[in-house]
Amino acid sequence: MNKKLSTKMRLIPGSLLAATLVSPVVLASDATVPVKTMADALHLVLDSDRTVYTQKIVNRLVKKEKVIKASEHFEDNKALVLPAQMFRFGSELAMKRAETMPDVQFTYSLQSMWPINKQNAPKTDAEKEGLKYVADNKGQNFYTTEKLGGVNYFTAVYADTGVAPVCISCHNKHPDTPKKDFKIGDVMGGVVIRIPVES
Amino acid sequence: MKLKSPNKHLWWIWSLLSIFLALFLYLVLTQEVESEILMPGPLTDGHHQIAENCEVCHSESFNDKDELQKSCLKCHGDVRIKPLDSHPVSKFKDPRNADRLEKIDALHCVTCHREHKPKLTGENGLTQPKDFCIHCHEDVAEERPSHKDMEFKTCANAGCHNFHNNRALYTDFLIKHLDDKSTLDNPKVPEKEFGLILDQLADYPHERYPVQALKEPDATNEIVNKYPEIVVESLKSKHFKKGVNCNACHLNNDLWINKPGMESCQQCHQTEMDRFTLGKHGMRLNAELDPVQVEQARLPMIDKANHQQVNCNSCHRPHSDDVQEAAVDSCLNCHDDDHSKNYKKSKHFDLWKKELDGTLPKGSGVSCATCHMPRINYDVSDWVSRIMVDHNQSNSLSPNSKMIRPACLHCHGLEFSISSLNSEKLIKNNFIGRSQAHVITMKLAKDEKEKREQSSSEDDDMFVF
Repeated sequence: MNKKLSTKMRLIPGSLLAATLVSPVVLASDATVPVKTMADALHLVLDSDRTVYTQKIVNRLVKKEKVIKASEHFEDNKALVLPAQMFRFGSELAMKRAETMPDVQFTYSLQSMWPINKQNAPKTDAEKEGLKYVADNKGQNFYTTEKLGGVNYFTAVYADTGVAPVCISCHNKHPDTPKKDFKIGDVMGGVVIRIPVES
Repeated sequence: MKLKSPNKHLWWIWSLLSIFLALFLYLVLTQEVESEILMPGPLTDGHHQIAENCEVCHSESFNDKDELQKSCLKCHGDVRIKPLDSHPVSKFKDPRNADRLEKIDALHCVTCHREHKPKLTGENGLTQPKDFCIHCHEDVAEERPSHKDMEFKTCANAGCHNFHNNRALYTDFLIKHLDDKSTLDNPKVPEKEFGLILDQLADYPHERYPVQALKEPDATNEIVNKYPEIVVESLKSKHFKKGVNCNACHLNNDLWINKPGMESCQQCHQTEMDRFTLGKHGMRLNAELDPVQVEQARLPMIDKANHQQVNCNSCHRPHSDDVQEAAVDSCLNCHDDDHSKNYKKSKHFDLWKKELDGTLPKGSGVSCATCHMPRINYDVSDWVSRIMVDHNQSNSLSPNSKMIRPACLHCHGLEFSISSLNSEKLIKNNFIGRSQAHVITMKLAKDEKEKREQSSSEDDDMFVF
């Protein structure tokens, strides 16, 4: 069912893209954005920001210029925040700031079937299925709904791919990693976005 | 027909009791009688000072956990965030952890820190059974085989884990400090930075008190002539050297105030004041109560100080250039427990004397404040931090492992620090002698380091773990 749903939904961004190339999609000022579009848009922004941080800051200063280290204990080691931490800090800040915005409710997290911190392993059925799906089906996203703590969520899972050598070397070398043979281009985990929806 | 009650006396007793009860409730509600009478049980050491004002915690409700939580966060919110808290609420608000909340409600402080329950209350105000970690970390031995035979009630043993502030106890930190000497080669605390970064502080009253050394007092001739000794002393004070003249503190709406209160200090020292009102010395101010009196303390205090109120001037003398007085003498004017009484017999005090007489460089002495009001690199705003004396002394106690990073490690190695703080005897005698306490933590860290060295491949020193 999920696979079917995701196939159907994959058509939407494709047709949107085609429409964009021909003429920009113009939404009415009071238009309601479908929940999947919102999740895709959120992921686009999150992924772009983290890519910029990884490329322009971490990779440049650590690998190219060799002027600073990056560390998960960035304060103690006077080092750069790791891209995954930057992502997580953003997630926590967004969640906190959204507390005063009842119409803006979503959460996102970075997870993996091979997590360095075991707390970031998939927990819910949707996470387990979604992370496996995006790892097995490169380039495809996973969409489903689930009920957690009595609340219904639209849950989207996007593949997180190791694009830079720094991603690969750090994960393969970390003392707590359960997988030491990642290669560039491998799916290393996934971004899970949840948006509460009516039942 | 006249009705005759068979229990006429009982009716009288009932009426009188009702009147007394109504009067009592009226007096309690109008705060004529101390509200502690209504309490279901005494408060913990952390909160007993504010017992007079129920509304500090019970602002809206007595039972609503969310309302109580707001009250907790008013005073404790600043440390319930990463990295100061390794179990922040944000972690549990994520819907993916909804199942964990069903086992233990980690969103509310009162789940583990219930008040008015002295029989349930253990160390650090904990009212949960000691093995509460099991709710989420049942499978810890899979990830950490070294923990296989450990009992969950030992998780929070000294030198091991702390649910909230784990900053001096995480594996990589322990490994990094494995080879620390007991006493470091250049033991010194960092210098304060207030004067150095005044220009970056947006809330400092720069226009009223431009930072410049002053030459003469701005009080009226009458005042200057009336208090000549104070004026002479003030001319040498740090305040005068930084542009803070008599009227800055003593003038309020053009009226001369002989004994200015804390609001005067607050004009420039708001951050210190904020921290002060979070600790035991100033917490009553946060509860809109009068400053604490020494006799209200639960710790042993010197009798003659009993009526002393604790405010800025209790410890500081703003006209003096002696800023060290507040670091030892002010403390010992009141505190009378064994630890305090033994301080002047300690090596720490020897070092302090040597710093004061110039034998040792600045920052190498160890005063009461060095450990209990340590110099921390504090974020005074989102964008500016400065090294300042932390006036919230509760921030580095309970559990005492919170003192390791801001205080002990400036001068001592990690193992020495953990071991010393783990010895009741050493704490009591003010660290005269050496701790015999065995701390398993460092042994585990050593094993982990060896394991990592055996399995490590090529070294990439651009990343640090």
